[in-house]
Amino acid sequence: MHEIIEQLAAQAGEALAAADSRETLAVFWQEYLSKNGKVSGLMKQLRNVAPEERPAAGKIINEFKQKLTADYEAAAERINAAELAARNAAEAVDITLPAKRRALGALHPITLVKNQIIDTFAGMGFEVFEGPEIEDDDHNFTRLNVPKNHPARDMQDTFYLAEDIVLRTHTSPGQIRVMDSKNPPIKVLVPGRVFRSDSDATHSPMFHQMEGLVVDKRITLCDLQGMLDKFVQALFGPEVKTRLRPSYFPFTEPSVEVDVSCFECGGKGCPLCKHTGWIEVLGGGIVHHNVLKNCGIDPEEYSGLAFGIGIERIAMLRYGINNIGLLFENDLRFLKQFRE
Amino acid sequence: MKVPFSWLKEYVDIDVSAEELQERLFSCGFEVEELIDLSAGISRVVVGEITSMEKQEGTDHLHVCTVNCGEYGSDLVISTGAPNIFVGARVPVALDGATLPGGITIKKRKMRGVESNGMMCSGEELGLNDDLYPGSDVYGLLILPEDTPLGADICKVTGLDDYIFDISITSNRPDCQSILGMAREVAAALGKPLKMPATDWTVSGEADDSIHVEVQAPDLCPRYLAHYVSNIRTGESPRWMKRNLALCGLRSISNVVDITNYVLLEIGQPMHAFDLEKVGGRSITVRRAHEGEKIVTLDEKEFTLTPNNLVICDADKPVALAGVMGGLNSGIADDTKQLLFECATFARDCIRKTSRSLGQSSDSSARYEKGVDQYSTELGLNRALHLIQQLDCGDITPTCFDCSAGLSRERKSVTVTPEQINNVLGIEVPEEAMKDILARLSFEVHEEDGVWTVLVPRWREDVEGYPDLAEEVIREYGYDKLTPTFLKAAAVTNGGLNTAQKTQMKVKRLMCAQGYYEASTLAFYSPADLDMLHIPADDPARRAIPILNPISTHLSIMRTMLAPSMLNVIVDNLKKVNGAGRLFELSNVYDPHQLPMTELPDERPTLCLGAFGPEEDFFTVKGTLEAIAESFDLHFTYRRETVCYLHPGMTAAVYCGDVRLGVFGKLANDITAELKIAKDEKASQNIYLGEFDYAALMACVPATMRYKPISEYAPERRDLALVCDESVACGDIEDAIRAADKRVTDVTLFDLYRGEKLGKDKKSLAFTVSLHTDDHALTSEEADGAVKKILKKLSEIDVVLRS
Repeated sequence: MHEIIEQLAAQAGEALAAADSRETLAVFWQEYLSKNGKVSGLMKQLRNVAPEERPAAGKIINEFKQKLTADYEAAAERINAAELAARNAAEAVDITLPAKRRALGALHPITLVKNQIIDTFAGMGFEVFEGPEIEDDDHNFTRLNVPKNHPARDMQDTFYLAEDIVLRTHTSPGQIRVMDSKNPPIKVLVPGRVFRSDSDATHSPMFHQMEGLVVDKRITLCDLQGMLDKFVQALFGPEVKTRLRPSYFPFTEPSVEVDVSCFECGGKGCPLCKHTGWIEVLGGGIVHHNVLKNCGIDPEEYSGLAFGIGIERIAMLRYGINNIGLLFENDLRFLKQFRE
Repeated sequence: MKVPFSWLKEYVDIDVSAEELQERLFSCGFEVEELIDLSAGISRVVVGEITSMEKQEGTDHLHVCTVNCGEYGSDLVISTGAPNIFVGARVPVALDGATLPGGITIKKRKMRGVESNGMMCSGEELGLNDDLYPGSDVYGLLILPEDTPLGADICKVTGLDDYIFDISITSNRPDCQSILGMAREVAAALGKPLKMPATDWTVSGEADDSIHVEVQAPDLCPRYLAHYVSNIRTGESPRWMKRNLALCGLRSISNVVDITNYVLLEIGQPMHAFDLEKVGGRSITVRRAHEGEKIVTLDEKEFTLTPNNLVICDADKPVALAGVMGGLNSGIADDTKQLLFECATFARDCIRKTSRSLGQSSDSSARYEKGVDQYSTELGLNRALHLIQQLDCGDITPTCFDCSAGLSRERKSVTVTPEQINNVLGIEVPEEAMKDILARLSFEVHEEDGVWTVLVPRWREDVEGYPDLAEEVIREYGYDKLTPTFLKAAAVTNGGLNTAQKTQMKVKRLMCAQGYYEASTLAFYSPADLDMLHIPADDPARRAIPILNPISTHLSIMRTMLAPSMLNVIVDNLKKVNGAGRLFELSNVYDPHQLPMTELPDERPTLCLGAFGPEEDFFTVKGTLEAIAESFDLHFTYRRETVCYLHPGMTAAVYCGDVRLGVFGKLANDITAELKIAKDEKASQNIYLGEFDYAALMACVPATMRYKPISEYAPERRDLALVCDESVACGDIEDAIRAADKRVTDVTLFDLYRGEKLGKDKKSLAFTVSLHTDDHALTSEEADGAVKKILKKLSEIDVVLRS
């Protein structure tokens, strides 16, 4: 019996080693370990063994069966692993091939800057109002303290659509529309497109402004500066500060030009700030009493501040764009560079 | 405005440098756009005396000179070709290493074998002319006075050690459009007294009672002063006057003409001088021109006038275009003997309109357009008369006229308390500091019980109320003294975007997520842009608002649709070899209620999209619409429509319910063929455009969202393979299926097949139909019943089950 088992073991070992797939392994199992397999056949041969030797022989056969079953399972595991590896290898991809997806678009840089400005002021309690782009003379000029024949009308090259209808030259008429519809306290932004008959390297006949208006009790020039400090810091970094200097707008008195300390050089002087350390970013002032009166607001009870921001100017400063024309060319190679 | 430093110093003892003054002016509201240093570029040029000269051998024009430059060398050998040299002449000498304007450097060098140690200079080489320094225009060297110190810096000697401030003056400060006006500001800024120019004069000529002056249009000429000066002695102006004029860019002409120019620059008052002997009837009338009346101005240009133009007339004809230019027929000349000075205030707008409409301007008209105050009008005339006397170029007669429309010559007053001023500023400026500042600016403060009555200087016509005074105070006190506060007293308000504004951003971001880049195009274009899209002449889109004063014919009408702008953007991108892309724009189009407009038009927000490139087709673009619908939980339907600029077979009108939102499709083939782009590229032949009424879309968006309970019962699904004629639209089959049974909740096409087996002009469409009820699970029998109803309904449009 020993010889028979040894012979069978050698045979089976070879067969198992040769098995390289589930199929050959199944054949092996059928041949050796199934009910009618060769191992079961050994049990049947026990009948030919002397009765006194049978327990010992049975034990040997059982041990052989256990070992062969374990070997079979190990081989099955090996073959499974090999097959999985082969499948994985076959399925492997070049992970650097391009992705499959719809490419994303992006918002226009003007919209990005507009949103950033709105976000900053929204936190200070500013609502957003949008007025018409085509305005009457009354809103665009007269009620803003720019009566007919006022010198300030020459400051702006106006597109006329009818005798008293113009393309708004600034977002300031929004001030009038807001004050007509709302009582103080007022905190509002008026973003929008504005138009001037001017076109060259630094001017586009259409550009974007953001008007800001606060009307409440005891609003001062210090408030204007404090608020604008917060604004420029949100846009250009916590280190920057503002500088006010006298200017003239018909709808504010006093009027100021607001410069921001150069965020590129920290005020030491560089090409961006033309070596002055300061960059002009916006204009503003205390709302002119005539403007308040024109909107039925008593200037002795309420006061206001207003400011106007050129969005293109901020976008050009923020993103280092040197030609305003790029903002209106809509070249995809340009537009693709801006992400929210 | 150009303001010479030296001229300013005639009125104010300025003890700061030009750079420092620039800073001071900047901080009180006067930006110096350019500080011009007249000595810029000149270095190592000194005074030298020619001590010997001899003709250089072998040349016919060069002289070798020995030059004594004092401390810079007493025997410098210098060659020169100048013809006007002589021994003893004192001349400018550019030493070795000297620089001259224009970036020229002088080096020791050999001239025809003789070493020359520098260069003797002409006036022109130093940037001088006769008016700036006499003798500068001669051909040859600038010959300096005999007593000029040797070795002295030439800039000091010739007055080039000077600066010109080019100052930008805001339009509310016409009073600063003169040297005196700026001197007032400088005096105030530096806290120095202002030395007024002399304006006294005495009568030396005889009166003439035959002269007549009358103003018939007081609305356009509120003040008209005239003064008769006899026995005119035309001649040259003195050096100081020539120099000041030259520094401001004016050439000296003659003493009388120079006086009028001088007063314009110094006082800011335009003046005119008539040759009285040429003024018919010795009579001056200021009136509106008659329709069609003609005048030839000094520069020999003829103009035809209207009653909007103000003219100065003699007994029978215009002799000057008021405030703009004198007439050729009455101007002064070298032989003028009798002169009538005109010094007037004209309505600013009248001068501006006349100047613009006739296309004629002058220094006078430019000055009047900015605004001339009445204080200057009086001052100017007296200054001119003083100069006549000082220059001894005429006899001042007692014959003078003052035609005034009766405007008040009282100073305006503003009532204010120091607290009111501080309330505008937000800081506590001490009362004494306020008073000091106001006094420096010539305001007079009268105090009574803490209330100030502030008298405004007559030239400050811009000052109306106390906020103006607050500005005066802070611009002198210093904006750097403000302490930023953050809306200290303001009420808390609720900020941020409203729902509509947030939704607009959502739409924009949704478009970005669909691969679209946001475009920003101009709100105007030209009829040619509509032609590009073959828009017919009677199309409503042709009813565009014209711009009355367009900057170019390309930008002449307000747009009524966005598609032309979008197509232009796509074409531009294709030209720049951006071969594929998606773009959108959300902007207004403008619909007038009537033309010409008498009221504001409708501004309709419009969503325009453009997609181009080989990857695009009708259905990729349709996918954009479906994404929009899905994002707002809407259902869009698509109907065939004919649009002139879109492909007749690839155009869909988009509906939400019965509301037409807009249209999209492929650009029509004939239009694509006309575009100036490469014809052989597939990309350029595959352009899609869409334009949608944004407000209509927003009106469809449900205002609120409500949760719908999720059904316990799964839907029953049936796949139906159908056959029909090619002409039957998929959408019609879907509609029929939905209409057949209300338990149909979803219809999805999963296969579209054409083949010989089906027969010619036939197609097969396979749908998955979902059937569902809320109250129970559908049984097989119920589902089969529904399918039967569906097939019956489909048979009405000749759609049958595929066998």
